[in-house]
Amino acid sequence: MTSTHGTTKTAGPAVGPTPPEQTTATGQDGNGPQIQAVRRRIRELLPPDAVITDHARLRTYECDGLAHYRVTPAVVVLADSVDHVATVVRICAAQRVPFVARGSGTGLSGGALPRADGVLIVTSRMRAIREVLPQDQRAVVEPGVINLDVTKAAAPHGYYYAPDPSSQQICSIGGNVAENSGGAHCLKYGFTANHVTGVEFVAPDGSVVELGGLAPDAPGYDLLGTVVGSEGTLGIATAVTVRLTRKPEGVVTVLAGFPSTDDAGAATSAIIGAGVVPAAIEMMDALAIEAAEAAVHCNYPDGAGAVLVIELDGAAVEVQREFDEVERHCREHGAFEFRVARDDVERALIWKGRKSAFAAVGRISPDYIVQDGVIPRTSLPQVLRAIAELSSSSGVRVANVFHAGDGNLHPLVLFDESKPGQGEAAEEVSGKILDLCIDAGGSITGEHGVGIDKSAYMPRMFSDDDLDTMQMVRCAFDPDNIANPGKIFPTPRLCGEVPGRRKGEHPLAVAEVAEIF
Amino acid sequence: MAVEALIRAGPALTAACDDVSEATGADAVDGVQPGYVGRPGSTAETASLLRAAAEHGLAVVARGAGTKLTWGTPPERVDLVLDLTRMDAVVDHAAGDLVAVAQAGCPIATLQESLASAGQRLAMDETRPGTTLGGGIATNSSGPRRMLNGTFRDLMIGTTVVRADGVIAKSGGRVVKNVAGYDLGKLMTGSFGTLGVVTEAVFRLHPLPAASNVLLAGARDAATLAEMVRAMVHSDVVPTAVEVDWSPAGGGIGVLLEGSAEGVAARTATAGDLLGRAGAAETHVADLPPPSWGRYPEGVLLKVTCALSAVQTVLTEASRLGVTVCGSAGAGVLYGGLPAQRPPDDVRAAVTALRAVCVGTGGSLVVLDAPAAIKSTVDIWGPVSALELMRSVKQQFDPQRRLSPGRFVGGI
Repeated sequence: MTSTHGTTKTAGPAVGPTPPEQTTATGQDGNGPQIQAVRRRIRELLPPDAVITDHARLRTYECDGLAHYRVTPAVVVLADSVDHVATVVRICAAQRVPFVARGSGTGLSGGALPRADGVLIVTSRMRAIREVLPQDQRAVVEPGVINLDVTKAAAPHGYYYAPDPSSQQICSIGGNVAENSGGAHCLKYGFTANHVTGVEFVAPDGSVVELGGLAPDAPGYDLLGTVVGSEGTLGIATAVTVRLTRKPEGVVTVLAGFPSTDDAGAATSAIIGAGVVPAAIEMMDALAIEAAEAAVHCNYPDGAGAVLVIELDGAAVEVQREFDEVERHCREHGAFEFRVARDDVERALIWKGRKSAFAAVGRISPDYIVQDGVIPRTSLPQVLRAIAELSSSSGVRVANVFHAGDGNLHPLVLFDESKPGQGEAAEEVSGKILDLCIDAGGSITGEHGVGIDKSAYMPRMFSDDDLDTMQMVRCAFDPDNIANPGKIFPTPRLCGEVPGRRKGEHPLAVAEVAEIF
Repeated sequence: MAVEALIRAGPALTAACDDVSEATGADAVDGVQPGYVGRPGSTAETASLLRAAAEHGLAVVARGAGTKLTWGTPPERVDLVLDLTRMDAVVDHAAGDLVAVAQAGCPIATLQESLASAGQRLAMDETRPGTTLGGGIATNSSGPRRMLNGTFRDLMIGTTVVRADGVIAKSGGRVVKNVAGYDLGKLMTGSFGTLGVVTEAVFRLHPLPAASNVLLAGARDAATLAEMVRAMVHSDVVPTAVEVDWSPAGGGIGVLLEGSAEGVAARTATAGDLLGRAGAAETHVADLPPPSWGRYPEGVLLKVTCALSAVQTVLTEASRLGVTVCGSAGAGVLYGGLPAQRPPDDVRAAVTALRAVCVGTGGSLVVLDAPAAIKSTVDIWGPVSALELMRSVKQQFDPQRRLSPGRFVGGI
């Protein structure tokens, strides 16, 4: 299997021998009385072509971009509208049946992994770009709209949508909102949270609310900022108002080859230390370069121990000055090749190797784990050395591709599932890389999300009190724990009494009862 | 709270923190008299005080420099003022990582001074002299630079908060890119102290620019001023800020350009041309903004937001209603001012009319500050979307309604 790969035995609610899809985190009983009632009611209220209950078709949706975990949902709804979404959520709420939202299904943390005892609400049919408002620097789009299509719609007006995850040709805005997606250019421009000013939102009780809008700073709590990045655990966005960014006057992209990752890392620090904030600084090490060459023949410099892809944008006059700084620092730190793309064709060639890096690794290894961790940028040299030591002591190869500017590492841990013991060894290395990130004061995820893949690691980064406090927000939105339960948090919080809300048996208890039967 | 109960709470507070005193008239919060002032020196001491307050059912209002303590609705009751000014340290500045950690009581100006020695800054403005980080976060206050760099919600990457029950909770971290867990910092930003007490925060920093220029130009009418704003907002000169100043007597635009010396010079020339074509009779260039730059108007203070394309409509309507306006037109966030002596009914009529225009263009109008007679007459917050969810959040964080009760939207 050359698709992205999870950590079979170390993920889910607890680090242990059981894969998450065999725990209560993804539900057990796809045929209990509650889900049967939900299925019946959905069939009554939604058009037949919007509802999937046929087992073979359901299996199409059994995983997201993290193909290693698979759970067949009890029902799939292909929603056409906010009414569809709200109707289905209300039906689920009445029976306390879990629902999971899914956009394009490109997520890499199993955030859209279905529940066996729940409904998967797919938003990919909701593809209308409702409004492009260049005078307001906004666009209003439905959640199934593809990220890159927002930029295409804004381009004739001289604008674009800044967050650009590598999957931007297929990932949806709804998924971006759920994951607070980043991308190569968030070093300068920030993440989805900084570029969404409003959502139309279906809360877990099925009510539809507006959070934010065209203008910033809506009165009241910043529920918008809370919802973005909550991985579908607080509800479902059914329309998204995004900020459009002025297309920069000047863009220069540079490819620099270095003898080693240490040299490339030192150049990165020097550039940022000089007060330059590039739009992107990406690094690939020798193994990642080898994979990219094998896959897309990107013609990166021969013999490079590391390459940097650096992009500068902004007012043309500033870009030129920053370019001079960048060239100087790269050469001073050992760059033996320094290529400059001055037009879109040359630029695309430089980015091709970087953007294809994950898939390219499939050329040099039958299986691999894509890791996503963050460290303070100044820790880069020692963490890379520690990863190299882990690799040589374990015999597990690790290719490094990362956003060097903000310390977001994407180590690719290579293995061959058909060789006994390799999968386990790779998982161990992958987990230890996260420990290195935490020890360096970083994070277990910079952009792929916690999902089901890393919920077991949350207690390594946050105390029980921290997690409990986060889950108070969860309880405020979703006291019955039906919105994408089992994701982010290793254990659900009992919400206690919520005035005006119906009380019921906790879903965890329901799940455990189901397990007993 | 009954005097006896308040007296009973005294020893518990003193045991929790070594700097607790009886409140004086000067400690009143928007006219409401507290019983005690506690000055914790650490997050742990803040937690002890809040635990003691919880045990005795005390209502608590957190205070920094006190420059915005009269914002919002007056609290229903205050027993304890939590004065955070002793917690004024810049805890850490990791210059190589462009990250700083500071305590909530640290004045923004103090933090900037400390960061400047390494050629860096928190890309936020001081909107009232002496404003602390905690006060800025609690009120979500922002100034001109928000147009390019955002606000606290965008620049705060880690938050330590003490809950109403005294539990200490962290979210985020010390790295800019981080999507692990909910972002409690955004929830705390602008919550007016009703959900918890932020004691420490981590910020993403920016390099100090090598050079800056401010272009100033007068406008003969609101239409011309709005045209100048449009010319800047949709240009390639990448302004850090586009500010306006408009009253029935006239006004103008201020454009801040930051970058390298030669870059700023070239962009200033381009911006000047664009402003001229948009109708500016004459432009002046200064290397520093005027002292009034980014300061909120005195008197009745309104926060007025709208879609960018509606700036002209808002300026015209404000002018008709006798409201002076300044602020970040380039971000759609303006501040309105009215003389404090205006009769309350007059203010109410102006607020209602101007609010209708703002709401109609995707924005809002909030009366941030006003004399008591006016606050009791006007609708301070206006329509609030998703109020039930907000109440639900409050119920989770502060079920006994002891943190700044009544100061926020919908009586929260």
